[in-house]
Amino acid sequence: MLWNLPFITVVVLTFIGIVTVLMKKNIIKILLGINILESAVNLFLVSLGYREGGVAPIFTLAPSELMVLPTPQALTLTSIVIGVATSALVLSFAMVLKKKYGTVDINEIRRLQG
Amino acid sequence: MTFVDFIVTNAPALLVAIPLFAAFTIPAVGKISAAARNLWVMGTMLLTAAVAFILAFRVFSTGTVIYVFGAAAANLAVPLDSGGIPIRIIFTVDAMSAFMDVICAIVGTSVLLYSLSSESRNTNLEGYYALYLLMITGVFGMVSTGDFFNFFVFLEILSLASAGIIAYRIDGGLAVEAALKYFILSTLGAILVLFAIGIYYGQYDALNIAMIAQRMQFSMLDKIALVFLVAALAMKCGAVPMHFWTPDAYSMAPSSATAFLVVASQASLYGLFRVVFTMYNMTMNCATVGWIIIILGVLSMVIGVTMAIPQKDIKRLMAYHAVSQTGYMLLGVGVGLAVLGNTTLTSAYGFMAMEGGIFHIFNHAMYKGLLFLTAGAIFYRIGTRDLNKMGGLGHTMKYTMIFFIIGALAIAGIPPFNGFASKLMIYESVYLFNPIFAIIAMVVSILTLASFVKVFHSVFMGPQLPEYADVKEAPLPMLIGMGILAAIVILFGLFPQPVVDMLVAPAANALANQGGYIASVLGGA
Amino acid sequence: MDLTAPVLTGYGIWAPVAWLAAFVAATIVVYLLWKTGESSYKKGTEQGRPYLSGNAEPEKGAVHIRASNLYWGFLQALKGYYDAIVPIHTGVLTDYMIWFVAVTAMLLVVIGVLS
Repeated sequence: MLWNLPFITVVVLTFIGIVTVLMKKNIIKILLGINILESAVNLFLVSLGYREGGVAPIFTLAPSELMVLPTPQALTLTSIVIGVATSALVLSFAMVLKKKYGTVDINEIRRLQG
Repeated sequence: MTFVDFIVTNAPALLVAIPLFAAFTIPAVGKISAAARNLWVMGTMLLTAAVAFILAFRVFSTGTVIYVFGAAAANLAVPLDSGGIPIRIIFTVDAMSAFMDVICAIVGTSVLLYSLSSESRNTNLEGYYALYLLMITGVFGMVSTGDFFNFFVFLEILSLASAGIIAYRIDGGLAVEAALKYFILSTLGAILVLFAIGIYYGQYDALNIAMIAQRMQFSMLDKIALVFLVAALAMKCGAVPMHFWTPDAYSMAPSSATAFLVVASQASLYGLFRVVFTMYNMTMNCATVGWIIIILGVLSMVIGVTMAIPQKDIKRLMAYHAVSQTGYMLLGVGVGLAVLGNTTLTSAYGFMAMEGGIFHIFNHAMYKGLLFLTAGAIFYRIGTRDLNKMGGLGHTMKYTMIFFIIGALAIAGIPPFNGFASKLMIYESVYLFNPIFAIIAMVVSILTLASFVKVFHSVFMGPQLPEYADVKEAPLPMLIGMGILAAIVILFGLFPQPVVDMLVAPAANALANQGGYIASVLGGA
Repeated sequence: MDLTAPVLTGYGIWAPVAWLAAFVAATIVVYLLWKTGESSYKKGTEQGRPYLSGNAEPEKGAVHIRASNLYWGFLQALKGYYDAIVPIHTGVLTDYMIWFVAVTAMLLVVIGVLS
């Protein structure tokens, strides 16, 4: 049971994230929901990569037997970087929209429709 | 090793490296002068296109090319001490990838040529071209990669660059609104893709597409991953009922970028086909997934075209047509997928339907790119996209009108333009599968023609309006950019069979033949 | 490689070059027929001016039929359909995301449970 705790957290975080994204109307809160979803998927990747008693693949001073393949950690790092870029872009969109439309409420940002 | 050898050997890597490097050096080059910047961008694009053609030629003449980053030899996919797992980042360029590379190279070059002129009145072009080259990088990367995490990275590069370019001309906030909608949906889709990647890695300890395909069990987790990928990629390519971002984004992006956004959507379509054909293929229930894709396709065709008819914004109207035409590709390839397990039906019509769908990807990129470019030329000259304010432009913009006619007839599937050839293949093969779908497809074509007749009438016909009396023809580079695409539309319409033989049939084969893909990466496994 | 080979569609064939030849031939015949007609058009006379039953010609902008007026009948006939389909495109991002999540959930049911 304890072994599965990270995965249960992933499910809970995903749920919170989706609900936030779908229920909130403020662009910045939607972005926070997306960030929660990204954290969930990052936690998922890192948990997949965890091996009990594994040896970190740092070659200096490591025992020369089997080491853990660091792919999931690399994926997570990449994904975090992409998440930062996403947040920056959405926040800058929110800034421009606040300036031009005077609101960050998604219900009022709907001049393109039909 | 000579220079040519170097290029040929490292073509898959250069395809991504050249535009990526150029994108980040543009701000520095732009400090010198505008001419230097234009030369730099155009040179990069031509070089990248040349590399893409060299690579495609190699793929079509000798078979799948694989390129492993950081390996002792470029084709050493599985390191000797890795226990049989291809751990390195790998580019697998098979016929389908090469096919998409060719599309991206052609459209990318002509759109760039066009935008040198169409964007010249605007300021801050360094960022625009940097984003454009990043989009090129994203598309080339997505269609060439053989590593699924890499696919995600390029997908995100493409989303970020596209969102940036859509919002580039803020346009009183409208463009930013469109970009926001596109980008938040894309990000949600990308998160689903990343979840799917995690699921594969957890089960099969691999990110390599060929490795995942070989070990595919189609367990419950794989089904979930399949759903995530199908939903996310279908959303990214604009299938109804997840198409809502398409008209917003396509209509508000700068005209030149819109033509390339079509290719960007089709890279997602490529991803969808790659997932269902190469990764799952016969392990899943092909009929169910095939029918899902067919239903998405038919919905896209019908709703796309009916929503297009009442539109008043010329680019929004064309964007709905892009949704509708994507439906044809989904329909054709979906039929091919639905009968994949059955050899008799596949040889009777399934393979033909796939060829039609794939051929339509090429044709669509050409004529839809052409149509968006003509819309851009009109906007460039009269400064509005509102169809109600247009009229009588045929008196002054004759070449633009001719290019528009070519594009409009091609999209409506009128012979002898290229749209007819691929649509005919789709109609006749889908008719054997289920006559109702073929009839729907034909009715949609008629409605497409009807709505382009409306555009043609309201833009070009009628007396010369006094407010547009001094409108001139579009500048020469824009006409050349449109001319390249128009020439391809006509050529492919007149000589479709060589194209089918050379490009389309190998691509369809590469998709259907999962074993060949796996063997080319992992060696006769 | 035969450039002019017809496309085999599995059902019939499509030979664009032959089609084009037929089209050109038909055009030539039409042109020859048209050529035999008698030309009564005189440039620069009253013939070239618009004639609206003797009324004054309205200004150019009023003559042109604008885009919104086209296909009025089509849209009117399918009013029920359009009244249903257009409001779905609300322009609200939340609705779009709900559609996306709903389709994903539906696919999960269809692929995950039923197949």
